[in-house]
Amino acid sequence: MKLAYYPGCSLSGSAKELDISIKAISGPLGLELVEVPDWNCCGASSAHSTGHFLSFALPARNMLKAEEAGCDEFTAPCPACYVRTFLAQREFNDNPEMKRHLENALGQKFDWQSDIKIKNVIEVFVDKIKPALVKNPLKGLKVVNYYGCALVKPPKTFGFFDDPENPQSLDRIMNTLGAESIEWPYKTECCSASLCFTNQDATWKVCRDILQMAKDSGAKAIVVACTLCQSNLDMRQSQVNKKYKTNFNIPVVYFTQLIGLAMGIPAEKLGFDKLFVDARPLLQSLNLI
Amino acid sequence: MREINVTQSLDKNKDFLQKLREESGQNPGQCFQCMKCTGGCPFQFTMDYPPSQIMRMLQDGLVDEVLNSFTIWTCATCATCTTRCPRDIDIAKLMDTLRVIAYHKGIYSKAKNMHVFHTTFMNSVKNHGRLYEIGLALGLNLGTGNLMQDTDVGLPMFLKGKISVLPHNIKGLNEVKKLYDYAKKIGE
Repeated sequence: MKLAYYPGCSLSGSAKELDISIKAISGPLGLELVEVPDWNCCGASSAHSTGHFLSFALPARNMLKAEEAGCDEFTAPCPACYVRTFLAQREFNDNPEMKRHLENALGQKFDWQSDIKIKNVIEVFVDKIKPALVKNPLKGLKVVNYYGCALVKPPKTFGFFDDPENPQSLDRIMNTLGAESIEWPYKTECCSASLCFTNQDATWKVCRDILQMAKDSGAKAIVVACTLCQSNLDMRQSQVNKKYKTNFNIPVVYFTQLIGLAMGIPAEKLGFDKLFVDARPLLQSLNLI
Repeated sequence: MREINVTQSLDKNKDFLQKLREESGQNPGQCFQCMKCTGGCPFQFTMDYPPSQIMRMLQDGLVDEVLNSFTIWTCATCATCTTRCPRDIDIAKLMDTLRVIAYHKGIYSKAKNMHVFHTTFMNSVKNHGRLYEIGLALGLNLGTGNLMQDTDVGLPMFLKGKISVLPHNIKGLNEVKKLYDYAKKIGE
């Protein structure tokens, strides 16, 4: 099974550790990643705020490149990219007018339906994490799983298998890895990523609320799958502390980093050095690294 | 509170509301004001009108007020409203469509930051095929006048190898340019 891998702007930049950890675990899990050739930015979130055609055409170009490369599945680990690509495929297949526009723009004919399966990053890994893989159980690691909004909402549009209000897939993965998942009420709250450059007061407030709830729930780390949530809660944690005179020091780690750690892959190969709030002291205190 | 003649405003904006329904595929007329959207909206505290009120305003044809609202720009598209709406209205999609329409009409007096951000972002993708983060940050800070915004995280990002000094141009830049040119041609 060839899986088209679309890093997008975030995995080649601010979410480097997600890129590193996905690449580290994919081989041992039997996934063949093929980077989408010469991919372009999908345009999220500006293209869909400023026009209809580009918000469709930019991700559609990536989808077509992946199909050309002979891939059966496509993953864009950044949920914003995933959402845009998923919607682009639907437009491509169901909206003849949009497709005609794309044909006119590129001077090519696309007389087929796109059938490459567009998957989000949890879908790629959720069924592959079995107890037999776990060499280094994450004993004593108390986490809250934070899915954010984009991966699970709105359910009728994306048909993601998990519950939009109380998703379980990350919890299941963490429990298999031996970590302790704490139930908490902010699993799918929005972190305000789409406003993080344009309405920072709002961003800091919702990030503060999420960090506070995680802390109050007894979590020592927040587990995420979304690049936007990660960078907001991790990189901006110092800004939140400054704004609200708080002293949060909660590592925000990707589930793929923890999968790698539990599989026995050394922390140095999982991008832990890229996090703003260092997770290593916590992992050392639990003898996990 | 000012008086509104709903019959007149509805009549005046009939065509617009029809266009909105077509472009978004959603009918605000379905809303029965249960307020679940507003109750769950994480950004209601920063809006001038909560989402349920935007729906009611659309029903009454108060189009200018809606297009001039801050709400449509500070909606984060998290789709909690859409997920919970008992009338199956994709409210986030409606907000998206309203934003596009306002952008095309040049109405963004309450959302200068958003306008600068989206314009700079789209130009960056047009010029490079991918986002050039430093260019975006610079363009954003100069455009909004918030010169120091996020300068505290810039250097650590660079040191962690999360931001590159130079832009990366894709090989298929001509294709991206074709898409942009076409979008301009069809007014999108």
